[in-house]
Amino acid sequence: MRPGPVSKARAPRAEQIILFRIGGQLFAISSASVQEVRSVDSLTGTTQEIPQSTVRKVRHTIRRGDTTHYVVNGTIHFGVQAAAASLIFFLRHTPTALLVDGIEKMTSMTYLQALPQAFCHEEREWYRGLTALDQTVVPVVRPEGFLSVEELTLLDRTLQAELEKEQQDSARTVDSE
Amino acid sequence: MSIVAEIALESFVLLRLGERRFALRARNIVELIAPSRVFRFPNHTTQLEGVILRRGRIIPVCDVSERLVGTKMSVRRFYLITTRLFGTQKEAIALPVSGDCELITAELTPRSESDSAHVAGWLSQGGDVIEILNLEALTPGPNAVRSSAATLQNAEVRA
Repeated sequence: MRPGPVSKARAPRAEQIILFRIGGQLFAISSASVQEVRSVDSLTGTTQEIPQSTVRKVRHTIRRGDTTHYVVNGTIHFGVQAAAASLIFFLRHTPTALLVDGIEKMTSMTYLQALPQAFCHEEREWYRGLTALDQTVVPVVRPEGFLSVEELTLLDRTLQAELEKEQQDSARTVDSE
Repeated sequence: MSIVAEIALESFVLLRLGERRFALRARNIVELIAPSRVFRFPNHTTQLEGVILRRGRIIPVCDVSERLVGTKMSVRRFYLITTRLFGTQKEAIALPVSGDCELITAELTPRSESDSAHVAGWLSQGGDVIEILNLEALTPGPNAVRSSAATLQNAEVRA
């Protein structure tokens, strides 16, 4: 007699997430989407201001290696109450650095529900979906949703214009010498 | 010669918003639940209040009373969970109601061109003429302004 097939209960796939707050609101992001978490204080002197920023939520850039990260003010992005940011998330696969109030905890989610279709505005770009943790509903952010292609194009153009202006200024200085 | 009158009757759930009663097709109703905690998170769909958690599912809450009777539901809020079509896909949506709901069977009178988009038809009950609500026009979604005419295709009144 052959033994019956061994039945294995399939464990739900878990995804590691970081629970964090922006303007007091709780959000989640996949840990895999965050390249690095730094204290805002540790970045003093490494940021560059964008004087004529065309995107209100982005006022600074941070250069890391070959990549320029645009620093996104999360409270302006989500339209929540302004709060002092203490941490910055450098996100993967997007030139975005996100200012956050702080990290609540790291945990895992086993269930992600698509955002109900009744939500039909910008939030569809902001969130991958919703998850329920400890009887609370938490929106799970989409890393690419903080800056749209149009916003990135505008910011790139602004930076390019700034760079050209600097080059012209230095050329004038050399000529005058 | 005999005349056979065949009248299509349908089941509806009557709900009360303020002093007025409205109807929804019973086949779209999932359940009526007790007041639950509403979870809110940033979004730009102002018609939605947030979401509730019901049996592990996350359901958006849409208070239609402000649009229908001019005031929001603030007291005795139960939630009538109903399905709404988004294209070909059905999703649940929670409507705050007073809890004073009733299941009836009645004859549907089709809407006319002059009716508001949120009116899917009419029925008569206890001397009142009651609007049958078209949630596709009343609640937010990609097709919120879609004509409700298509939803009435199945409603037949033959005499």
